[in-house]
Amino acid sequence: MAAIAPIVATLWCVAALLITGAIAVAVGRLKWARWLIYGSSLTVCAIACAVAIVHLIARPAAVSEIVLPLGLPWIGANFRLDALAAFFLVVINLGGAAASLYGLGYGRHESAPERVLPFFPLFLAGMNLVLVAADAFTFLLSWESMSLASWALVMTHHREAENRKAGYVYIVMASFGTLALLLAFGLMAGPEGGYAFATMRAHGAPTGLAGLVLALALLGTGSKAGLVPLHVWLPLAHPAAPSHVSALMSGVMTKVAVYGFIRITFDLLGPVSWWWAVPVLFAGAITAVLGVLTALMQNDIKRVLAYSTIENIGLIFVAIGLALAFEGNGMKAAAALAMTAALFHVLNHALFKSLLFFGAGAVLTATGERRMETLGGLLNRMPATGLLFLVGAVAISALPPLNGFASEWLMLQAVLLSPELPQWALKLLIPAVGAMLALAAALAAACFVRAFGISFLGRPRSPAASNAHEVDGLSIAAMATLALLCLLTGIFPALVIDALAPVSSALTGSRMPVQTHVAWLSIVPIAESRSSYNGLLVFLFITASASLAAFVIHRLASDKLRRAPAWDCGFPDPSPATQYTADSFAQPLRRVFGGFAFRATEVVDMPSPGDGRPARITVTLRDLAWDLIYDPIIRLVAYLAERLNHLQFLTIRRYLSLVFGALILLLLILAAWS
Amino acid sequence: MIDMLLINGFSIQISQMLLVLLFSPLLTGLVRKVKARLLRRQGPPLLQPYRDLIRLARKEAVVAESASWLFRIVPYIVFAATWVAAALIPTFATGLLFSWSADLIVIIALLGSARFFLALAGMDVGTSFGGIGSSREAMIATLAEPALIMIVFTIALVAGSTQLSTVANIMLAGVGLRVSLGMALFALVIVALAENARMPVDNPATHLELTMVHEAMVLEYSGRHLALLELASAIKLLLYCSLIACVFVPWGLAPAGAPLHVHLIGAAVYIGKIGIAGCLLAIFETLIAKMRVFRVPDFLGAALMLGFLGTLLLFVSRSL
Repeated sequence: MAAIAPIVATLWCVAALLITGAIAVAVGRLKWARWLIYGSSLTVCAIACAVAIVHLIARPAAVSEIVLPLGLPWIGANFRLDALAAFFLVVINLGGAAASLYGLGYGRHESAPERVLPFFPLFLAGMNLVLVAADAFTFLLSWESMSLASWALVMTHHREAENRKAGYVYIVMASFGTLALLLAFGLMAGPEGGYAFATMRAHGAPTGLAGLVLALALLGTGSKAGLVPLHVWLPLAHPAAPSHVSALMSGVMTKVAVYGFIRITFDLLGPVSWWWAVPVLFAGAITAVLGVLTALMQNDIKRVLAYSTIENIGLIFVAIGLALAFEGNGMKAAAALAMTAALFHVLNHALFKSLLFFGAGAVLTATGERRMETLGGLLNRMPATGLLFLVGAVAISALPPLNGFASEWLMLQAVLLSPELPQWALKLLIPAVGAMLALAAALAAACFVRAFGISFLGRPRSPAASNAHEVDGLSIAAMATLALLCLLTGIFPALVIDALAPVSSALTGSRMPVQTHVAWLSIVPIAESRSSYNGLLVFLFITASASLAAFVIHRLASDKLRRAPAWDCGFPDPSPATQYTADSFAQPLRRVFGGFAFRATEVVDMPSPGDGRPARITVTLRDLAWDLIYDPIIRLVAYLAERLNHLQFLTIRRYLSLVFGALILLLLILAAWS
Repeated sequence: MIDMLLINGFSIQISQMLLVLLFSPLLTGLVRKVKARLLRRQGPPLLQPYRDLIRLARKEAVVAESASWLFRIVPYIVFAATWVAAALIPTFATGLLFSWSADLIVIIALLGSARFFLALAGMDVGTSFGGIGSSREAMIATLAEPALIMIVFTIALVAGSTQLSTVANIMLAGVGLRVSLGMALFALVIVALAENARMPVDNPATHLELTMVHEAMVLEYSGRHLALLELASAIKLLLYCSLIACVFVPWGLAPAGAPLHVHLIGAAVYIGKIGIAGCLLAIFETLIAKMRVFRVPDFLGAALMLGFLGTLLLFVSRSL
């Protein structure tokens, strides 16, 4: 049997997903449709993931190409599988497989399965196609089908006004992003219309226009990834979809946007210049800090996760920015380090964000609530979900020995190499970016202490929370798989880094030193005397010392335990309402950061003594992106529409004179042009 | 030869782990004693913390009815993470066997893990005091941790390494007086005070619930769990003193492969350094009053800015 080229195998997988979507249209309302659709999505994603892993490990330098007679007639539909695409295929299909597995269990609670099942495989197919597309037309077509399929999924529960608004904002922003990308590709294709990526690669950046293309690419991919201030749709749309789709959108689709940015800047736009790094670093750092600060202020658990996605995208863009800065100055080894950190974080974020969204979905299933104020004490009622959510929370807070820490550690190591950069702009910018990275990491830990502590710990704040039950085994299996992967990539980061080597070689022309030969699987970015980290040993040390302490104390001292009412300084209050709530937990941080980031105001209405009415505190937070950018645009559009509205009510004479005037004007312009 | 080095490194590692474990309550006792003497009180005996720990460990643990399993394992996690972090900081010798398994950033992150779980434990029982402690701890941590990272950046850029053994060796060889290192030292002292719940950020001796941060989080703990948490905070105090000593006053540290008597001298010098640090801390705490909670961000913001300026100076010129 002749071996099938990996690109062909991937395209067959896409075709299988499209067919699954078509079948779902027919059978969507049937009871067993969920098993068929999610089952086949799971199988196909697993196959596609395996194909990509084999390609990445076995033939890392190989490029697999094919041209199909579709699309634009003079170039056809080009598809190409190289190391970069293969890595992102692994991420996307891993997330896709996990979401399908989760969907098998979670889907049973779906009230309108016929609105989810057809679009789910379509969405997966769209994302896969973007990664293998090798000409602008195919890329944009796949990009749009990905956007539209996810839009349809956001609109699943379209009878809720909030979801309709989310869908509207999403589709406007998605169209804007695609427009920006269309223009970027148009500029790169040049006047000859070289829309194939191979032609663009050969041309390099159009003279003098590299900055414009970079800006358009940043707008186009940034609006999909959620860079501030293009992020406004994300916290509306991601929570509105069913939870496994939220996981796909947050954990996976944002990565497709990261892929698009890396593809354009490192591959298509020719040799990198150092100043490209400045806007990327700037946007990334602001996105990271603002994203996590806003996450800390949210009360809806899925919105917390959506804002935290914005933060992580910021981190990834910071690492890409560092890679651009190093690459532009010919510091190949450092560029490889920063690029590896970015890609590693892409994988990590896909793992733990999907896990956390699955956890939030489980909570939603068990209690019907997304508001943290009504949850509490779920760890006692949903022990498995609680434990797995905790693993995700530790991982995303960048705490050792889990995977989030490994990639952030690499980013900090990359920052430490940057004093060698010759440009003053970067020398002054990068320390500030480093401080923002550290601040974002610390805030993320606070954010997830709050999210986990309020939802899963304490006493239940509502009957829904006290009557919650553990969710089904398939959902837990999906979460457990991801949690296990978080742990494994955390304690064996060396394996991931080595697997990423072909990607960074292809992009930066260099790679990190081989890690798997280092004793004990430590990771050593530059030299051992400089810095090294061993997740496995740290994990073993912690486990060993904790077990030793438990053993010694239980053996030599006391192992007796008594349950009693809470002490609470002698004044235990029976009402769970006296617990700290999500808002009260965030209050100190709101006072420290809120005035600057959200123009937060607190108005306390304290009744005078003897007055019987309750005291009230009113907190107002403002979203500066809306206030400063979107509201003026919306007002301008409304104003213009109002003005142009008069054109609808003219007499026929005036219409004719308008047409005549327009004709004359155009002819004059044409005459002046030539 | 290699075996000799390995055995050497191993014995240094083990003795260091035991040293921090056994020595840390003494430092706490010393600080308490000196503070009491400064206030012209007799004060508890130096060994009182040991007695407290043993007595607590022997008592049965009382756990609140609403507590989950997390509440019971957090003390072990906090203790283990703190102990591992402390074991990786050179105290009297730089030739630690496992020093390559974690650099300074990892050590800070390990302390971050301990704090993460402790803050969760504070929220587990579902009382208002636990929540107040966790919430304030989160606020302090979000400023202290970035400040610490900036301090690490400053140190790492001077030494060209985040590996503590390498840093200590380079500092030992002498890097001269640096503005940036001065800023880092100042910032590190501020962060150490905040992280160890000392004055002026938190009062380790308070029993007024609304002013507590660390004590409020552990309010529901008793028996062996409380003993472990107390031991962990004693180790953390020692850890910060060792860190300052190792980076800023590294004299006396035994280099890798040195003969036994150099190690013994190193240990004696180390104990002297820690004793001085303890006395200075006691004097400082006696002289200063506790801050209002919402003044703390300004205090820690100063540390963050100092650390940032130190790093920025080094980006501008490697010789500053």
